[in-house]
Amino acid sequence: MSEPVTALKGGTNTAGFASVTEIGPIGMITLRGRLSEKAITKSAVAASGVTMPEQRMCNTQGEHGIAWMSPDELLVMCPYAEVHDRLADLQEKLAKHHALAVNVSDARAVFQVKGEGVREVLAKLAPVDMHPDQFTPGMFRRTRLAQVPAAFWMTDDTTVHIICFRSVAQYVFEVLCVAAQPGSEVDHF
Amino acid sequence: MLTIHCPNCGVTAEETEFHAHGEAHLTRFGPGSTDDQFESYLFMRRNPKGVHFERWRHQNGCGKWFHVARCTMTLEVFGSYSAQTTEPPQDIIDIIKDRRPDWDGLEATT
Amino acid sequence: MSTRLATKGRLIDTRKPLSFSFNGKKMRGYAGDTLASALLANDQMLVGRSFKYHRPRGVVASGAEEPNGLVNLGKEGQFEPNQRVTTTELFDGLEAESQNHWPSLEFDIGAINKHLSRFLPAGFYYKMFMYPRAAWKHVYEPFIRQSAGLGKAPKSRDEDTYEHFYAFCDVLVVGGGVAGLQAALTAGKSGARVILLEQTDHWGGRAPVDGGTIDGGPVDKFVDETLAALKSMDNVQLRNRTMGAGVYDHGYALGYERLTDHAPKAGGPRHRLWRIRAAQIITATGAIERPLSFAGNDIPGVMLASAVRDYVVNYGVSVGDRTVVVTNNDNAYLTAISLKHAGLDVPVILDARVLPDDRGLVAQAKALGIRVLMGHGIASVKGGKRVTGVQICSQAGEGAVLEEVACDAVAMSGGWSPVVHLWSHCGGKLRWDTSHACFLPDVDNPPKGADGMGFVTPAGAASGMFALDDVLHDAHSAAEGVITSLGMRLAKNVSSPIADRREESPLAPVWLMPHGASAKLREKTWLDYQNDVKVSDVRLAAQEGFVSVEHAKRYTTLGMATDQGKLSNINGLATLAGALDADIPTVGTTTFRPPYHPISLASIAGEAKDHVFQPIRRTPIHDWHEANGAIFEPVGQWRRPYAFKRGLESTHDAVMREVKNTREKLGLLDASTLGKIIVKGPDAGKFLDMMYTNVMSTLKVGKCRYGLMCSENGFLIDDGVVARIDEDTWLCHTTTGGAERIHAHMEEWLQTEWWDWNVYVANVTEQYAQVAVVGPNARTALERLGGMDVSKEALGFMDWADGELGGFKVRVYRISFSGELSYEVAVDASHGQAFWDALLAVGADLGVMPYGTECLHIMRAEKGFIMIGDETDGTVIPQDLGLNWAISKKKDDYLGKRAQERSHMTDPNRWKLVGLETVDGSTLPDGAYAVGEGTNENGQKNMIGRVTSTYHSPTLGKGIAMGLVLHGPDRMGEVLSFPGTDGKTYEAKIVDPVFCDKEGEKQNV
Repeated sequence: MSEPVTALKGGTNTAGFASVTEIGPIGMITLRGRLSEKAITKSAVAASGVTMPEQRMCNTQGEHGIAWMSPDELLVMCPYAEVHDRLADLQEKLAKHHALAVNVSDARAVFQVKGEGVREVLAKLAPVDMHPDQFTPGMFRRTRLAQVPAAFWMTDDTTVHIICFRSVAQYVFEVLCVAAQPGSEVDHF
Repeated sequence: MLTIHCPNCGVTAEETEFHAHGEAHLTRFGPGSTDDQFESYLFMRRNPKGVHFERWRHQNGCGKWFHVARCTMTLEVFGSYSAQTTEPPQDIIDIIKDRRPDWDGLEATT
Repeated sequence: MSTRLATKGRLIDTRKPLSFSFNGKKMRGYAGDTLASALLANDQMLVGRSFKYHRPRGVVASGAEEPNGLVNLGKEGQFEPNQRVTTTELFDGLEAESQNHWPSLEFDIGAINKHLSRFLPAGFYYKMFMYPRAAWKHVYEPFIRQSAGLGKAPKSRDEDTYEHFYAFCDVLVVGGGVAGLQAALTAGKSGARVILLEQTDHWGGRAPVDGGTIDGGPVDKFVDETLAALKSMDNVQLRNRTMGAGVYDHGYALGYERLTDHAPKAGGPRHRLWRIRAAQIITATGAIERPLSFAGNDIPGVMLASAVRDYVVNYGVSVGDRTVVVTNNDNAYLTAISLKHAGLDVPVILDARVLPDDRGLVAQAKALGIRVLMGHGIASVKGGKRVTGVQICSQAGEGAVLEEVACDAVAMSGGWSPVVHLWSHCGGKLRWDTSHACFLPDVDNPPKGADGMGFVTPAGAASGMFALDDVLHDAHSAAEGVITSLGMRLAKNVSSPIADRREESPLAPVWLMPHGASAKLREKTWLDYQNDVKVSDVRLAAQEGFVSVEHAKRYTTLGMATDQGKLSNINGLATLAGALDADIPTVGTTTFRPPYHPISLASIAGEAKDHVFQPIRRTPIHDWHEANGAIFEPVGQWRRPYAFKRGLESTHDAVMREVKNTREKLGLLDASTLGKIIVKGPDAGKFLDMMYTNVMSTLKVGKCRYGLMCSENGFLIDDGVVARIDEDTWLCHTTTGGAERIHAHMEEWLQTEWWDWNVYVANVTEQYAQVAVVGPNARTALERLGGMDVSKEALGFMDWADGELGGFKVRVYRISFSGELSYEVAVDASHGQAFWDALLAVGADLGVMPYGTECLHIMRAEKGFIMIGDETDGTVIPQDLGLNWAISKKKDDYLGKRAQERSHMTDPNRWKLVGLETVDGSTLPDGAYAVGEGTNENGQKNMIGRVTSTYHSPTLGKGIAMGLVLHGPDRMGEVLSFPGTDGKTYEAKIVDPVFCDKEGEKQNV
């Protein structure tokens, strides 16, 4: 098999007050099931290597993670090379349960935006309160970024990770670069 | 622009994250129904000035459907509740009756 | 003349001179000037022409309420018309041009309209241009078109960028005057998240100009100290140059920040639109002074008294050497006093009131030796392009001239109107205050938020407090109330500062000067300067029956100009009330709508321009397409190659080549955009049987089936191939535009109707790059890649299998939308380009060529396959398309089944799908209608069918089409007439819609 190629081949832009970089590919599995069922969450924990997050939160460690997507959906993250094996393992564990696990690693693009002003970059595009008291590292927010759906979380106070659909990667990258353009610092947070 | 609360994921956000899908608590009529029943299911909608129950979807969010009870006159929102119900829950009814003592119930507005 | 004084202005920095130009004339100003103050400093009082009569217009005001001073600003990519001189900060190199005149500002042909004013009364456009009918097109419209509009439309692309910013706060304070500052301080000290907006570049509003003391010190000191205190608080955000533009439902407010209007060479966005959600909003938006209605009140040099004062105090500019002050209140005396202190002449103060004694400012003015005439007013202002004098009369009379006084400026004050716009935007009610003759926020009827409670509190002058001490107290208590309603605790260390109190005499409402002004005077008495509405026009409207203020406004155009009647509305309303002999509050007000002051359209669009105007969806193979001659077509937000052009060939030739090559050799189609939805669960089969018209639950694992989806009202909404993956999993293909829509459609039914069914759905469209490998050489190509068995025996028509090809992990569907031997191969998107490259490599000597959507369309039409969006338009049911074979008769129910039983749906006269073949081989025009015998009630020929898809078929060498025709399938062989829009009539024969390979031999090999 060929080397996996991300939507923007790891494009980066450091001209603005926050840097915008496409990262990945990251292994991602959409897991749907009753989150009240132990077997579901246990298998997610096993597949990701991290603990189960609370509602609207995510736990990530490097490329490993679980994000709470909705009351019956988790996003399990792992190294890209391992996703097929981990998915097969997950599906086997859940064979007797009503659950759906599918590989969505290639359906997504992932961006890292880094810098003192990351909160401002997001506040220009997403209708979300990015105040440090309101949005803290570990929270996972599904919303819209300008005109497309996206989800993001902060790994620390100056780093945000953004997931969007692969087909709009170029748009999201460009819109992030516009929001971070030099001279557009807001100095709000 | 409204602020809406999604009872599925717990987010309260502006309307652009959501999409409204019309009147709530319709009863589906399929094959075997009369023309009148089917017409009323497919086309006839309440359009009250005041208390109204609507279906919404957290489109740019968790993707889930839910119900919202609100006032079409003042845009006051009485509450959001699960989509998996055929009628508004009692706590929502209580809030509405408290704030709109003259409201004569869901059926009366048909 | 107007000129710069030697005395210093509060806001200008004389160490920083700036140069600018007006109508090409070089002028000088200082940092801190507005364009208005700089123009006045250069004796440029005349700044424009009015809209209707092209009357000469001068600066009237000093802020956002200015009706006259509108200019074309900047050039090329930064050109913008209708910029207000009073809200434009001066910068070095500024270039402005006056508007609405020809050939020049000084000499304007259009001004002839003023001599025609007798023929241009209120509502003239409803009266004048009716007859003769033909004159509209040839005389009236060209005339109106030439006269219409103020500034020039920009010709160049806007080179600036814009952005939005989403902000959230407990308390939004709009207005950075002393009231706003105090309210923000009280709220901020109590720990609330506060955002304070000020529309100008400086803080403090007009209180520092009007003087007085706060806590024993000058107002400027209070402003500086409060500002410093606010800046030191982390929970308070200050934004100057940011106007509170509008207040909307549920605490939503817009702030319009002008970042580089004052420094157009600076980098970064020009405007930022703040989209603010506030739990509570305090509107400390101040008040606007009203003009007085007297004859000639529109002559350049007649200005608001407060503006005259602002220019002297803030910018060190005198608007005239001799200024007559005319007023009905004490406040204007401040202007006379400021002018006197600046060494300027005030020949007389005309006060319409008759006061029992001289107190406060009246006494002060008299003590300075200014002549004060009580009970007097202006009968008429003398002058053309500039005031030369005033005729004095008794206010009580009809305007008999008692005396004429020479002057070059008139400072007028008719009292103050609180800025209630933001309070009113979202439904806050108003009440009439008799003592100040103005509308005030009715605090018992505030705009209400999501919780049904009020969320706006007015403060300071905006709530009708005009004395400094009252303003500060009101602002403090407004913030107190807001903090309490937020459930927060008021900080212990905040209290309202104390300001000194002036002794004041009450205002006397004056709506016409003199009270009994004659018709001749009323015709020269302006209400709306920009739109040329006079007292006589409003009276005429009332006389003609326009008794509602909303009607009278539209009939006369009062308050409908770009200033939205900030100066004219109350005077116009009072004039209307007077004409109707009614009270002002019973006549009511017009509706205040956002924005408060015009904002740029670009700021509303925000970042959405140029390359990020809208999201464009790209497949994993998009870059290759772009590099290899693809002509793209939009399909939803996707861009799909329409055709791949080679060398100098035309697009049509490229399409013909692609069809021929695919039918004879090997074609590749990027089919990644097709929707792919996984449906899984114990009830998935049952669920899909409801979603599709045919039965999916009986599909065998490893097999594919073509399915149709209808909406609940029976119409066809989507189609695609469904593959059964395992016992409880299906994969549903949707159309390119349909993935998100159908995914949402499925989720909707699962979540809102059949929530007890155990089914999960996932949209995996973008997980895969999908390539259709099509043509007689398709199998050879895949076999060369090597790996899984793709033989007819192992992978028959409508089978699918997982496996490996050329080292790629693939899922292969043996399906065909072209009638050819065809495989659709899905690989993980990250390997999509590599897989495409591998196919091109192995296919090189098999004649491989990529093909686009037009080729796909032609090939499917040749086979009679329908296309959602071509053969369907939201009114077509599957039965219309001869798809009865795909509609289960065994199922009790599916979405759309009941609807398809309705009488109109079963009507035998519904148009049905047929093939159409032109008699002469030409191609039918798209969308053409077939005409039959007879005519309808409108005398038009009866229509009996229409073309839904039409192409030139290179395979058959002639035009083929599909269409819906009345009794079509029963009329095989009949020739129909299709009149085209090109004047020609096309003849086409009804044929079977399957044009090629009716037995499907090619796809089954």
